Amino acid sequence: MILDWLSYTLITLGALLSVIGGIGLHRMPDFYCRLHAVGVTDTLCSFLILFGLSFQAGFSLATVKLFLIFAFLLFTSPTASFSLSHSAWKWGLTPIGVREDAPSMKIKVREES
Amino acid sequence: MKHYISVASLLMILWLLLSGHYNPLMISFGVVSVCFTLWLSYRMRIIDDESHPIHLSGSLIKYWIVLSYKIFLANVDVVLRIIGVRPVEPQLIRIPFPKQDDLSKVIYANSVTLTPGSASIEIYPDSVLVHTISKEGATALLEGDLADIFPAKATQSNEAQQ
Repeated sequence: MILDWLSYTLITLGALLSVIGGIGLHRMPDFYCRLHAVGVTDTLCSFLILFGLSFQAGFSLATVKLFLIFAFLLFTSPTASFSLSHSAWKWGLTPIGVREDAPSMKIKVREES
Repeated sequence: MKHYISVASLLMILWLLLSGHYNPLMISFGVVSVCFTLWLSYRMRIIDDESHPIHLSGSLIKYWIVLSYKIFLANVDVVLRIIGVRPVEPQLIRIPFPKQDDLSKVIYANSVTLTPGSASIEIYPDSVLVHTISKEGATALLEGDLADIFPAKATQSNEAQQ
């Protein structure tokens, strides 16, 4: 009973974070910031949902599989977002708020606007 | 050799956990496929310190625990910024790697990307270009927020190889 409610709470929190990540996807000013918004759904959201589901499964092989899903997500999601951001950078997409000559990268922190 | 034994036991555990059948027939299938996988990876020469860093396992687990706490904090921060409680001020910074071998570079860049609010977008020989969502995040990273908790043992075996 308590476990049930705990898992409902965790899954609801995870779903809420997923919605917030979606809102961030639309609210953020440019591509790179949107990547950060999606980072929320990649890490804490998926963790909360899988953790909540593992309470439903109890001590069984299904829990192990849920954990494996989480581990694979942990390894693949940074690779995916790195390849996205890296190709955007290679093709010359300048982040908002950073000077135009950014690829030469003489600057460390952006100028005050 | 140590690597192959460790890979073999990991694969066997994985097989047992994923199959869920413990009769002799299924287990012998498992043994056969583990041996086949080991033979393939031996032919491809892909099992070494880089693909299977057993010398790091202890410190890596400690690192992941600290990292997950940092990821949790970063999540709360980014959620607040998405809702609009805190401002969004994108920054582009270059951070030197804490260690110079390839494996440490990959772990570091991946950790930076995994943390919401900062993403690595370009790798240079000695540093990584990071896009962060906030000024505070940029300062924290420059001051070595992640580099401080980085496992110190990471370079040992690489130096031994060279």
